[in-house]
Amino acid sequence: MNTIKKIVNFYIEGFKSMTLGKNLWLIILIKLFVMFAILKFFFFSDFLGSKFTTDQEKSNYVIEQLTNPKD
Amino acid sequence: MEQFDITLVDWSRAQFALTALYHWLFVPLTLGITFIIAIMESIYVRTGDKQWKKITKFWMTIFGINFAIGVATGIILEFEFGTNWSNYSWFVGDIFGAPLAIEGIMAFFMESTFIAIMFFGWDKVSQKSHLTATWLTAIGSNLSGLWILVANGWMQNPIGMTFNPDTARMEMMNFWEVLFNPNAINKFLHTIFSSYIVAAVFVVGISAWYLLKKREVLFAKKSILIAAIFGLFASIITIASGDESARNIAEVQPMKFASMEGLYYGTTNAPLVAAGILENDPVPENKKKQDFFVELKIPSVLSYMAFLDADAFVPGIHDLVHGNQERGIISYYEKIERGKVARQALNDYKQAKKMGDTKRVNFLANQFKDKIFLENNFAYFGYSYFDNPHDIIPSVPVSFYSFHIMVILGGHFLLLFAVILFFLYKDKLHNMKWLLLTAIWTMPLAYLATESGWIIAEMGRQPWVIQDLMPTIVAVSNIDSTSVIITISLFFVTFTALLIAEIKIMTKQIKIGPNKGGH
Repeated sequence: MNTIKKIVNFYIEGFKSMTLGKNLWLIILIKLFVMFAILKFFFFSDFLGSKFTTDQEKSNYVIEQLTNPKD
Repeated sequence: MEQFDITLVDWSRAQFALTALYHWLFVPLTLGITFIIAIMESIYVRTGDKQWKKITKFWMTIFGINFAIGVATGIILEFEFGTNWSNYSWFVGDIFGAPLAIEGIMAFFMESTFIAIMFFGWDKVSQKSHLTATWLTAIGSNLSGLWILVANGWMQNPIGMTFNPDTARMEMMNFWEVLFNPNAINKFLHTIFSSYIVAAVFVVGISAWYLLKKREVLFAKKSILIAAIFGLFASIITIASGDESARNIAEVQPMKFASMEGLYYGTTNAPLVAAGILENDPVPENKKKQDFFVELKIPSVLSYMAFLDADAFVPGIHDLVHGNQERGIISYYEKIERGKVARQALNDYKQAKKMGDTKRVNFLANQFKDKIFLENNFAYFGYSYFDNPHDIIPSVPVSFYSFHIMVILGGHFLLLFAVILFFLYKDKLHNMKWLLLTAIWTMPLAYLATESGWIIAEMGRQPWVIQDLMPTIVAVSNIDSTSVIITISLFFVTFTALLIAEIKIMTKQIKIGPNKGGH
């Protein structure tokens, strides 16, 4: 328990003492928000996952794409 | 060629290229500067000289900026695999998934833990523990790269797997064969050591700016000493691994090799084109043929580079397309026919399963395990999507120029490190304005060289996404190209904003210098 507390404090004190790092963390958080909340959510759905529920269905679709790609 | 939505393919390729090239603006500096920092800190711990601690902390701050801005930009590439390249992602199965998963776990645990100790632990842990964390950050970030490059190496030279016609997936048969794929090993060595050059050029360039401004002279000289030795060492390994890589390409990707040298007709004692300018062939039918307007050739060197034999025959683009019986080269026409047999077998297997024809299903399933069928037909599966062999030739100008830009700049870096070390040793460097300016202007060239390296690696192997097995046109998902165009615009804006932020923050920190500022 003591070790976990020490590790947590290590990170808390580290973040508190940051100067330039605070701005960098802000950039990281904005970037992650853009990536996951906007890009991933609105534009990057899992193509096969969104169309099919089982692996068998996905396999059948890809085999169809491989054998008759434009059908 | 069958009717594919080329607009969608082109936009999807452009999107992947844009994100990969932007991502790679951040990665090489991280890979290299962590080792430079570790060396600097090792000197501090060994000597106890506070100047080295100051030097270490400054470059650590620069690393921190680059890491923060660049971190997670690679995840977008993984988004793209699932959305834009779903056929490819499904087809490669665990061969691509396993290395990427290892990379993700390793990057998260190693980098996040040890980077925290690097930045927060100066007064919290012992000197030796801190130094260990710094070295482990460097090793961890480089090992992350290993898994990505193993996955990429497999795409360039797919081995250690078998195709399962039931699932339409590649299944890993031999992890060690995938890991120690000669293409992956060469790619790993060449990529990480060339990244060290980028980092060394960066440290030398910034330090040269301080010398030019007559600021932080001792700091700058010590930084240049470490970075230039590191860069010189990295340059030698990069040349050696590049040489080995060229032999591997000549063996497994002969079309890429011929394209990057602009070799249209194969020959014995093939000359290396050290530099040249291409022009379109005057005959309109020879769309893909490029002649040299100007060229500087070194006799027999290409043969030696490819096969360690100055008399060896190096096949040209024409030989690969039309075949060369005398040299045992199968034509692309033949490969197309062989590939079509493999695709028909997969189609028949699919139909037999639908019809419930167990006897035929078993027969065809065994065919996909038969060594002769695999070597003679399935190995050319991807060729089946083409009717015209000329569609299987990459862009010769892109391959030729990107390769030569990379090689020529590689020579420039080696020379620069050697000259800088010589004048540093003579204690004349700080007065040599031309050399300091050259060092500063070499910084963008280092990025140009490393990006050119990826351009030849990826554009030179077109039209393949997996060499000989899956062309780019088949790998792409059947999605609306408008959404691809929108995301390209979003990426361009986001990444450009990040790049501008990086340059601004870094420039500000460099102007502040090593005596002020903090993490």
